[in-house]
Amino acid sequence: MRDAFVRALLGEMAKDERIILITGDLGFGVLQPVWDQFPDRIIDAGIAEQSMVGLAAGLASTGRIVLVYSIGNFPTLRPLEQIRNDCAYPGANVKIVCVGGGFVYGSLGMSHHATEDMAIMRALPGVTCFAPGDPAEAEAATRAVIRTEGTCYLRLGRGNEPRIHEYPVTDWYPPAPLTIRRGTDIVLMSTGGILTQAAEAARILEERGISAEVVSFPCFKPMDKDAVRRLTERFSLMVTVEEHNVTGGFGSAVCEITAELGNGCRIFRVGLKDRYTAVVGNQQYLREVYGMDAESIADRAEALIREKRADT
Amino acid sequence: MENYEALVHQGFKGGRPDTGNAEVLAWLIRRNALEMSRISRGSHIGSVFSVAEIIAVLYTGILHVNPKDPKMPGRDRLILSKGHAGSAVYAALAETGFFPVEELKNHYANGSILSGHVSHKGIPGVEVSTGSLGHGLSIGAGMALGARMNGEDWRTWVVLGDGECDEGSVWEAALQAAHFGLDRLCAVVDYNHMQSLFTVEKTLRLEPFEDKWKDFGWNTESVDGHNVHALRAAFERAQANAGSGKPSIVLAHTVKGKGVSFMENNILWHYRTPQGEEYEAALKELEAHRP
Repeated sequence: MRDAFVRALLGEMAKDERIILITGDLGFGVLQPVWDQFPDRIIDAGIAEQSMVGLAAGLASTGRIVLVYSIGNFPTLRPLEQIRNDCAYPGANVKIVCVGGGFVYGSLGMSHHATEDMAIMRALPGVTCFAPGDPAEAEAATRAVIRTEGTCYLRLGRGNEPRIHEYPVTDWYPPAPLTIRRGTDIVLMSTGGILTQAAEAARILEERGISAEVVSFPCFKPMDKDAVRRLTERFSLMVTVEEHNVTGGFGSAVCEITAELGNGCRIFRVGLKDRYTAVVGNQQYLREVYGMDAESIADRAEALIREKRADT
Repeated sequence: MENYEALVHQGFKGGRPDTGNAEVLAWLIRRNALEMSRISRGSHIGSVFSVAEIIAVLYTGILHVNPKDPKMPGRDRLILSKGHAGSAVYAALAETGFFPVEELKNHYANGSILSGHVSHKGIPGVEVSTGSLGHGLSIGAGMALGARMNGEDWRTWVVLGDGECDEGSVWEAALQAAHFGLDRLCAVVDYNHMQSLFTVEKTLRLEPFEDKWKDFGWNTESVDGHNVHALRAAFERAQANAGSGKPSIVLAHTVKGKGVSFMENNILWHYRTPQGEEYEAALKELEAHRP
């Protein structure tokens, strides 16, 4: 997704000279093409995230579209108040870009695990939030954050994720979700790079005779309430999947909508169960430890279906 | 309320000719702030009184702004980073014609545009909302950088508090502004040597303060922050530093609560609002020194 982001960014920078990229002293290698092609429009702000975001807000006030790039929690939690007061409140054209949503930096430890960022960012009024699920969605989401007026959050995965979408994502109008696979028994709703696990879970379920629909939400704020409503009309069982704390994140956002609809859907939220990670391991290992890998998602979905059948 | 109405009817209308005089404007800032604090029961009058001359000098010939066209392209930008002294900027804007002086009486009021800390929403002439300390210098650096990238020659002014300089983000911005060579960025510190509880010296020592900024790569100077002539000269030298490749900072030595004897250097007036006899006494002192 990192490379997809840079590819899309370069395309947009070539078309729109207002676009500036500020990095918090990260992106070794990854951002090199930007340094090469637009040396006057990329700034290293140093390891100073708070001031970096303030700087971005000031720059944006002079007519620029400013992307702020860093990893993990560094571009969100560290300068949170600058995002709130200096960007979101005045509606500044600042786009916060995080590489490494969830457990991407697995073995580096909990400081590098972005597992509350979605809840916190979506709590800020006026911030449009994106978490693409694969490189194709990352390219589309990069274009979307640049073209969306005001402050945005773009939560990317890592590099070299497998592609889920066979073709580039075009004709996409955020916040609309993207259907990855059709199904009839249960719907797996996913946001961010864990889409690979949701898609694989659907394949496992198929082997078990269960038809699971997979829907990716590359935009998690605002939520497409109509799309969620339509899903509740087709499915009474839902599983939300996020590489993030279940408190306040994507699953919570789905629950907020469905609870207000009041049509009795049962929802299970796959995610980190309100805890910090203390286990050492790579991304996939941690997904398995915390019950967020494809097998665990499939097991959970199957259990929900069994419980429902037992009830009826 | 009666006193405020009387004040307005004495002729303190926005845009009157002698608001071009910094001493007059500084006095009007204090006079308005006294009323605003009395009516609203809002705090921070001590900080407003310490920054009065700084704001007054900026709005009398230093800032290139136009009350008839607050969003004028090419205007200078002012950020009051110590947002709790917002009534000083509100009063200066009103008295120089950005909005009616009568509006000042609604400071803090339900439904008013004038919040306790300075806000840009709905207030002509305010560029940035502040209130949480340590934000303004970074935003100002971004504005100065943006102006340079756009090939424009307007300046960005940021007024900071001394206690605010406890914030790490101020020093992040200090590094960045110097590193990027933002020589059309001018900062002013209202150095009243007092914070919320104790003196700066007792709380978190800043001295040698000017040396710190110098070491960070800034043009620096220290002046008497209540002497409008000294301030103007310092601000003009800061303006003349465009081309030096370095941002400029003026450390303006001030007195918290300046202008009312019992408020001066008294931390109580970071919080207390003048009512009854205290208000009358403060009014009498201010009126005695009316320029």
